[in-house]
Amino acid sequence: MKSTAHLFPEQARAALTDENLQAALRFAKGGFIDKRAASVARYPDFETLRERGRRIKDHTLAHLDVYLERFAAAVEARGGHVHWAPDAAAARSILLDICRRAGARTVIKGKTMVGEEIGVNAALEEAGLEVVETDLGEYIIQLAKEPPSHIIAPAVHKTRAQICKLFAEHHGSPDTLREAPELVAEARRVLREKFLAADVGITGGNFLVAETGTVVLVTNEGNGDLCLTLPRVHVVLAGIEKLVPTLDDAATMVRLLVRSATGQDISTYTTFITGARRQDEADGPDEYHMVLLDNGRSRMLGDEFREMLRCIRCGSCLNHCPVYNAVGGHAYGWVYPGPMGSVLTPQIIGLDATKDLPNACTLNGRCQEICPVKIPLPDLLRRLRALQFERGLIRGPQCWALRLWGWLARRPALYHGLTALIARLSPRGAARRLPLDSGWTQSRDFPLPQRTTFQRAWSRQAKEERRHD
Amino acid sequence: MNANAARPRIGLFVTCLVDLLRPGVGFAAVKLLESAGCIVEVPGGQTCCGQPAYNSGDLSAARALAKQTIQAMESYDYVVLPSGSCAGTLRDYPRLLAVEPVWRQRAQELAERTFELTSFLVDVLGWDAVDAEFPATVTYHDSCAGLRQLGIKQQPRRLLAKVAGLDLRELRETEDCCGFGGTFCVKYPELSTRLADDKIADIEQTGARAVLGGDLGCLLHIAGRLHRRGSPVKAYHVAEVLAGMADQGIGEDKP
Repeated sequence: MKSTAHLFPEQARAALTDENLQAALRFAKGGFIDKRAASVARYPDFETLRERGRRIKDHTLAHLDVYLERFAAAVEARGGHVHWAPDAAAARSILLDICRRAGARTVIKGKTMVGEEIGVNAALEEAGLEVVETDLGEYIIQLAKEPPSHIIAPAVHKTRAQICKLFAEHHGSPDTLREAPELVAEARRVLREKFLAADVGITGGNFLVAETGTVVLVTNEGNGDLCLTLPRVHVVLAGIEKLVPTLDDAATMVRLLVRSATGQDISTYTTFITGARRQDEADGPDEYHMVLLDNGRSRMLGDEFREMLRCIRCGSCLNHCPVYNAVGGHAYGWVYPGPMGSVLTPQIIGLDATKDLPNACTLNGRCQEICPVKIPLPDLLRRLRALQFERGLIRGPQCWALRLWGWLARRPALYHGLTALIARLSPRGAARRLPLDSGWTQSRDFPLPQRTTFQRAWSRQAKEERRHD
Repeated sequence: MNANAARPRIGLFVTCLVDLLRPGVGFAAVKLLESAGCIVEVPGGQTCCGQPAYNSGDLSAARALAKQTIQAMESYDYVVLPSGSCAGTLRDYPRLLAVEPVWRQRAQELAERTFELTSFLVDVLGWDAVDAEFPATVTYHDSCAGLRQLGIKQQPRRLLAKVAGLDLRELRETEDCCGFGGTFCVKYPELSTRLADDKIADIEQTGARAVLGGDLGCLLHIAGRLHRRGSPVKAYHVAEVLAGMADQGIGEDKP
C-alpha cells in the first residue's frame, strides 16, 4: 500500500468535514468503549491478566530467535513449509510462488493486517489471480477499492447506507436502505461461491505457538475456518512478533485480545491451526505454508521501540484515541492508524515520510491505560519526537518559537523581567488575533495577561510586607 | 507530629502559564496552602518546568530546565504546583535525567516530594477545611495528565464539596481529552478545536454556568473556544474557586 502519511494534516482536515465518515465514527465509538469496559469489568482481575500478558510478550521477545526456531521446527515436523520473508517484497514473491506452484486462479483471504502491510492483493491481482476478501468488513472495502480504516473493523468508516449502495452496484441487489442481517446474508451468498472455487486460502495468525507449531486465529464470522478447510492450499501470513511459547500462554493472550478488541469474553471462532490435513482427518488443506515476515521487526527488537513488538493488534488504542475518533483511520495514510500506527508506521516506512504521526497526539495517555500489553504508547511517541528533533526534521516558526522560549526560560532574571513587561504592556481580556500566531486564534480567543505576572506581584507584596514589619 | 512536620515548608512552583496569564491562581494556591498550615515560598529561580521542550523532542532544553527547576526547588519539604501536567513533568525528571546518575538521584528525591495542589491538600495533608462560597452550578474537566499520570480525580471533588452553594454536575464523558495537548493545539488547530467543541457540547448539556479544572493549559483552550463561540459559560481554575477568589472568568475583562 502506497503511503499518504505525509499528507496527514490535509487528510485530517478533510475527514473532519466528511459527513458520512463522521456519522460512522460517532456510531462506532461508544460501542467499542462500552463493550470493552463491561467485558473487562466482568473479568475477575484484568490488571493481573494484563501484567501476565506483558510478561509473556517480553519474555518471548527476549528469546525470539529460540522460539522462532522451535516454532519453525514444529511446523515442519507436521509437514508444513516455513518461509522467512525479510521484507514486504520477499513476502509478496513467496506468496506468488506458492500460488503459481499450486496452479491457482482464485485466492480467498481472511483478514490479515500483515497482508495489507505487504500489499498482497495488488501483487496477486497483477499476476492475474482473482483475490477475494472473505471477512465482511474487508469484503466491503475491497468492493469500494479502499484500504482498511481500523485494524479490527476495516469498514468502520462506512455507513449502512453506503454499504447498501455498494452492494447494489456489485451484486445487482435493490438500491434501498436495508438492515444489517439482510446485507450479511447477501454477502454470504456471494462469498459461498468464491469459497468453493478457491485454490488457495490466505489468513493471518493472531498467535504462533512455539511448542506445538500451532497458529491461533480469532474470528467472528467463521471465514477463517473456511479459508483453511476448503482450498487445496493454505497459507498463514504473520509477523515474527506473534510468537508465544506455549498453548497456555496463547490462552492468556486470547483472553486479553478478545476483551480488548470487541469486548467479547471469547470470539465466536477461535481456531487452532496445526498444519495440513492428516490421514485420519476429514478436513483441511493438502498443502500448508507459514510465511514469517520481518519487515523492520528485528531492527525494533534491538532499539528503543522494542516494546511496540508486544502489540497484539486489538485496536483498543484506536477506539480510545480522541484523534482517531475525530478523523478515522484513513487520515493516517497507511495500514496501521491511531496510536499503535503512529509508533509502528515510522518504524516500517521511515520517519521522514511520517513526520506528523508522532505529533498528531495530545499525549492524553488513555491508550496506554487500556493497552492489554501495557505498551507505553505516549512515551514511544515522545521518543519519536526526540528522534525527529535530533535529525532536524522539525522546522518552521513553531520550532523557532519553542527554541526561543527554551533559551529564555533558562535565564530566570531576564525571563521574569521580560514577562513582567509583556504583562504590563498587553491589553486585557482576550485577543481575537495575536501577532505572528498561526494556530491558536483561527478558532479560539487567547486569554491575555492581567497587568502583572505572579512573580512580579509576589515580590512586590513581599517588599510591602517587609516595609510594614 | 512535631511542630516542624506540622508546618511544612512549601516551594510553590507557579508554572509559566499561571505566572504570565493568570496570576490569581498562584495567589489562590498560596492562600489554600497557608490555610492548610503550610509556610509557602516562591523561589525566583523557577520559570518553566520544560514540558513543552520535553513533549516536542528537544531533550537538551528539557534537561537544562529540569536541572534549573531541581536547583530552585530541592531545598523545600515539598514542591506543590497548581497543575497536574507540570507536576507530572517534575515526576518524570528522573527518567529525563536517567543517563546522569547524580542528577537522576536529585531528580528522584525531588519527584518524591512533588505534588499537584489538590492532591497535596487531600492526599498528603488530609485537609479539606475549605472556606469559600460559589453559588452556582459548575462542572469539572479532568485534565489527562493529572487524571492518568497522577490519579487525580476525587481530590478536587472532595474539596469542591465543601464550597458553599456550589452544585457540581459531572460531564457525560469525564475522561475525554479536551484537545489542548500543549503544542498539539497550535500544530493541528482544526483537530484541537473539534475536540474542544465536543467537550463544550458536553459542558453545555450539564447546564453548568462555569467549568472548573486543575490545569491552566486546558482551561485557556476551553475558555478561548467558549469566548470565540460567545458562550456564557465561564472557566476558572479550581484553586480560584476553593480560595474564594473566583471573580472574572478566564479571558474576561469586565470593569
